[in-house]
Amino acid sequence: MLDQKAVVTQPAPKTAASTPPAASDGSWTLRTRQWVDRVLPMDHLLPHRQPYYVGSWVYVFGVVTIAALVWVVVSGVVLSFLGPQWWHDSSLGRFFNSLHFWSVQLFFLFMVLHLWGQYFMAGWRDGRAATWMIGVVIFATSILTAFTGYLSQLNFDSQFIAINAKDAMNGAGVGAFFNVLNFGQMYGLHVMLLPIGVTFLVVVHIVMVRSRGVVKPIAPEGRSAK
Amino acid sequence: MDAPAQYFDLGFIHISYPNLFVIVLMVVLFAIALVAPFPHGSDKDA
Amino acid sequence: MSLFKQPMTQDEYYRGVRMARYDLVKELTYALIGVAVIALVLAAAFSSPDVPPITVASWAQADPVDFVTTATGELAGSTTSAGYGAPYNNAGGEQSWGPIAPQVWFGQRIPVDSANAFVLQPLAYASVGNTDLGKALGAWKTASADQQTKWLNTYTDALGKATVTDGKVTVADGDYGPLPVMMNGLLTVAQSGGLDGLLLTNGRFYQTDYTQGLLFIGDSGYLDGLATAANLTGSQWGMMNETGQYPGQTWLWLYTMWYQVWPFTSDTGFLGLNGGNADLGIVFLMTVLTAALALVPAIPILRDIPRWVPIHRLIWRQYYAPKSKAAARA
Repeated sequence: MLDQKAVVTQPAPKTAASTPPAASDGSWTLRTRQWVDRVLPMDHLLPHRQPYYVGSWVYVFGVVTIAALVWVVVSGVVLSFLGPQWWHDSSLGRFFNSLHFWSVQLFFLFMVLHLWGQYFMAGWRDGRAATWMIGVVIFATSILTAFTGYLSQLNFDSQFIAINAKDAMNGAGVGAFFNVLNFGQMYGLHVMLLPIGVTFLVVVHIVMVRSRGVVKPIAPEGRSAK
Repeated sequence: MDAPAQYFDLGFIHISYPNLFVIVLMVVLFAIALVAPFPHGSDKDA
Repeated sequence: MSLFKQPMTQDEYYRGVRMARYDLVKELTYALIGVAVIALVLAAAFSSPDVPPITVASWAQADPVDFVTTATGELAGSTTSAGYGAPYNNAGGEQSWGPIAPQVWFGQRIPVDSANAFVLQPLAYASVGNTDLGKALGAWKTASADQQTKWLNTYTDALGKATVTDGKVTVADGDYGPLPVMMNGLLTVAQSGGLDGLLLTNGRFYQTDYTQGLLFIGDSGYLDGLATAANLTGSQWGMMNETGQYPGQTWLWLYTMWYQVWPFTSDTGFLGLNGGNADLGIVFLMTVLTAALALVPAIPILRDIPRWVPIHRLIWRQYYAPKSKAAARA
């Protein structure tokens, strides 16, 4: 891994602008700040360099998924601002619904490509198992969010999905609390609770990636490169 | 676009052509991402 | 085994690794613009699916015989919703897998009395100012349960050969009691649009819960026919599909696949899992598989496949190129 032509790889260790006070200071705020500085200093959150082996288009699937999510949320906000009936009665509304629909398709498309990439890179190595697990939780939560979205369309599709899906929910017992025939409940989950959940999880996921950095390549002899 | 889609059948698989297109597209995009050259950052420390 | 903790700082992890310029913010910006352009083009070119919903009115107008047959079935307790069980009623149609029966455990939290909600109460409203209908309803209510059952059985059989004459559903002569008057009365309410409103609002003003209307429509053969034509039903991989020529929820492929295969297509099945408790069984199966996906880092073989499949050698070909390999082992 040591490249003869390696240039200086690491910056000088970051020092605080002033000498940090003793840990026994007792300040929760100080301890919190020190913890953040340890876990995710600014130059790890926004590094301007990456290891030289970050040189494949597979690496962009994550950020493109984020981009798609941004447009899902933006178009969703516009739709929610004018109410769930708007897009049926207005051609501008229909256009924003189309943006929302295709952004969701792109979101899932790129998220699954990102999953495939991370799987074949075994991205969970070297202490990154939690990052992988959060990713799977994001996947499942996104599916649930999309599901409530399909139920909120106020058209034939949402009718049939509701009538059909209730059997799965009821069979599993959750139908007693999660009533897919109750538009108000599904809509509220879709525009508020679940998007907050997905966004929060995505932020945690990104923080974890930036905190640890991208995983090293699988070592030639089969073990993770030390 | 509201007319029902055509379906592709193979054994027990029964999939709409739009869905099949999406899945094939994903596999193709992944394959391209694996082999396409990626613009390299400068080797010198910035 | 360090699953969760990287036993060193990031700086230590990358010690000795050559770094190269990589602009994350520029990458995000390009991604935002690129995805925006793609979404705009797709939206402009293809719009989005929006097949209008069916109403009880449109159903009653398009297929009066099916409507009357379904309504009769509600009174007879033979429809899907009437025999459903929890969370709607105690008819006992719940799914179970041996002792596992969460549908039963959580009880009837969304009570729906099909016969009353879908037929008798709307008829009570409709009989205001309609003497004939009021008399028929009265005759029904005062009849014994045995008598009601006899009328229902005979009428249901006759409906198999019913025709529509002058907007009314007519059957061969027979002893059906007040049922023909009741059912044609309900048909009139339905075709006028009144039943949609009655089922939704249930005496309230504001309402966002469509449980009653959807359950009633769900009992019909009409909806099933439309759904089959649109390839939306469970046995057609329907969960993955969208109306029209749009892509659907392709990410649900594995979930919907199980409904097409054994044991969930069989009556006898395997280990107690069969077509009768397919919903419960498949939810359970998918929960296990999703948990397994999350736990891949800890599952032997699954977590080793990436090492065996040379895809990573393409992704990291700069790392594996001969000159850096020799240097790596130096």
